[in-house]
Amino acid sequence: METAQDTIQQNEAKAETSKTLFKGTGSQVLLNGLIEEGVTTIFGYPGGAIMPIYDALYDYADKLEHILVRHEQGGIHAAQGFARASGEVGVVFATSGPGATNLVTGLADAQIDSTPLVCITGQVFAHLLGTDAFQETDVINITTPVTKWNYQVTDAKEIQEVLAKAFYIAKSGRPGPVLIDITKNAQLQLEEFPEYVKCNHIRSYRPKPKVRIEYIEQAAELINSAKKPFVLFGQGVILGSAEEEFKAFINKTGIPAAWTIMGEGAIPTSHPLNVGMLGMHGNYGPNVLTNEADVIIAIGMRFDDRVTGRLDKYAKQARVVHLDIDPAEIDKNVKAEVGVWGDCKETLPLLTNLVNENKHEDWLAKFRQYNQEEIDQVITPELYPTGDEMTMGEVLRNINEICGGDAVIVTDVGQHQMVACRYAKFNNTRSNITSGGLGTMGFGLPAAIGAKYGAPDKTVIAIIGDGGFQMTPQELGTIMQFGAAVKILILNNRFLGMVRQWQQLFHDKRYSFVNITSPDFVALAKSYYIEASKVDERANLRQALETMINHEGSYLLEVMVGRENNVFPMVPQGMSVSEIRLK
Amino acid sequence: MSTENTIEHKIDKADLDGKQEYTITVYAENRIGLLNRIAIIFSKRKINIESLNTSPSEIDGIHRFNIVIHEGYEVVRKLARQIEKQIEVLKVYFNTNEEIIWQELALYKVSTDEIAEKVTVERLLRQYGASAVVIRKDYTVFAVTGHREETDALVKALEPYELIEFVRSARVAIIKDSAGFHEKLKEFEAFEPGEELVENEFLEKGQKIFTM
Repeated sequence: METAQDTIQQNEAKAETSKTLFKGTGSQVLLNGLIEEGVTTIFGYPGGAIMPIYDALYDYADKLEHILVRHEQGGIHAAQGFARASGEVGVVFATSGPGATNLVTGLADAQIDSTPLVCITGQVFAHLLGTDAFQETDVINITTPVTKWNYQVTDAKEIQEVLAKAFYIAKSGRPGPVLIDITKNAQLQLEEFPEYVKCNHIRSYRPKPKVRIEYIEQAAELINSAKKPFVLFGQGVILGSAEEEFKAFINKTGIPAAWTIMGEGAIPTSHPLNVGMLGMHGNYGPNVLTNEADVIIAIGMRFDDRVTGRLDKYAKQARVVHLDIDPAEIDKNVKAEVGVWGDCKETLPLLTNLVNENKHEDWLAKFRQYNQEEIDQVITPELYPTGDEMTMGEVLRNINEICGGDAVIVTDVGQHQMVACRYAKFNNTRSNITSGGLGTMGFGLPAAIGAKYGAPDKTVIAIIGDGGFQMTPQELGTIMQFGAAVKILILNNRFLGMVRQWQQLFHDKRYSFVNITSPDFVALAKSYYIEASKVDERANLRQALETMINHEGSYLLEVMVGRENNVFPMVPQGMSVSEIRLK
Repeated sequence: MSTENTIEHKIDKADLDGKQEYTITVYAENRIGLLNRIAIIFSKRKINIESLNTSPSEIDGIHRFNIVIHEGYEVVRKLARQIEKQIEVLKVYFNTNEEIIWQELALYKVSTDEIAEKVTVERLLRQYGASAVVIRKDYTVFAVTGHREETDALVKALEPYELIEFVRSARVAIIKDSAGFHEKLKEFEAFEPGEELVENEFLEKGQKIFTM
């Protein structure tokens, strides 16, 4: 029988545990929350509406490293590079209005490439919302289509719970970017705050579908019956930290595996079952044999149009098993006979248990056969050119020889990106950082800066075209000030190469505005106090690359490559993957 | 969580291009901005929303959207999954007209003089299942609840008599085969209820605050 006395004592005990522990401003409690979430590095740019947060940051220099970028787009791409290299959540600060709108490209990039980010934007005072106040934009509505979740805070009391939810949403399930817009009054508001509690459950959010064993069983049955099974893997393997589980699965089944550019590096390039790259500029065998496989096992990939080419001629003969954490991806582009919903870190071991040990030697030999054809016709001329002009491929070959596959390679977007993805060697996961889904020119340099903070012990090489470099060159200033030792390699063909290639192949060589001129990149780098040099002869290439890689600190190397080289093989738009062209 | 209904969808009454009316039912948290997040899923694909209703559901704190679109089965299935992917959405169903009980409400404002002189009001009410909501000297308001053809029929009947205003509500629909959402919700409420809605309380305080 409970007495009134007991009740009073219980209530007192409750009050004791919920005792306020921190008296301060919304800005301070936000920074405390970031520390609780394990944040160490923030990329940002201050402004009027986020000043209280920056004011608080002044006292947190020992706990939070803030990198002042030169443009908010640079900030968010750096946060992406950081997240992709480290596996942690990338964090960005930006002010209201133009600061926040400058984040949109990076948000869209992170949304489509499933990169976990938490972006904090300042916002005008709550009572000014909707009055077209100075530097007011409707950030929540602008960013809704390009965020996994966003929320506007108008009261400091919301900050802790919203921040905890933001981190949980950003990194759980299929990761993605989250934005919190905080009005200035909430940043300044003085309150007593309870202890910060991390979030691990939201009623309406199911980050991981419950794994249903019957689907695993059906998938295993299908795989065991296959004569020509083929694994297509994407970034899901990396995002789920399931590299080992994935290796165990292919090693046991002996199934050849090909990667999307987002999945590259999940298994080493040298793995005997790694048969290469899928898609528009992927390898010959994987593309052609997609239309010969009898069972396709798609793991953590989403059948993007760059991978599938013409859908009505894609793998029609194959029975498809699709493992994905996001149920919306299953049956979106390609019908799966068995859809296995769940985190592949959980589903792969269950599947590995049920599949038979096997070797598909004859089938694998077919890939090798096609590969030999590609080596003879495309790869050898690209990696060991005999002409006077340097090729992008030979630059990559030299990098592989110098770094041995241990470097983190960050690319921009275009021909150099396809060449880098095709030819770069990777021994480690989280080493290939590229803008896949959105194809954002200007991604390379800032993302490489972020990647260096995310993987400080690795050599980070940013491979960038002459066009892409001119989209975000201001981030050289960030390197100048904070000293990220990024190796910047500009492959200059004096064209917007990928567009030029398309104009050559499909628009009768009508080169419409692809002839881009460049500044003196070496002088530009030197004006930012960054060491730099330029190579336009093969004889000096190797030495120059070694100098760049061995240089203490950041270095920019410009390599003049052939003007009108094309990236092949290629699945032309509107064609089937089996119609891939070698020339 | 699956968005598939357990019932077999009847693909009848579809157009030649396989499109037909579907009613999408969304159970979601009551959250500012969610309507926009859901609307974007349609506008991104250039799909027109024929009718949209949002209201509290049978469960406290959970809102129910009824969205009517004219599309093919595959498109609707994919839309449903994209909607269910939103953080604040608990569950999405989609149904053909045969699978739901649905109603729309329409109000008609006509000149009282005109209608009293020229129409047998009593007959009108009977014939169209209408009720008189307001009768004033200057105008009368009728209401009809029913399907589109029923509310449209009275528009046609009243057009000759100076229909001053006409308005129709969005569709509200109940799924025939649904056992309600309570059971499902138990799965969601592992150890927490929904959250309080936080609105901006500072909008009216502009005069009292000095800011820079």
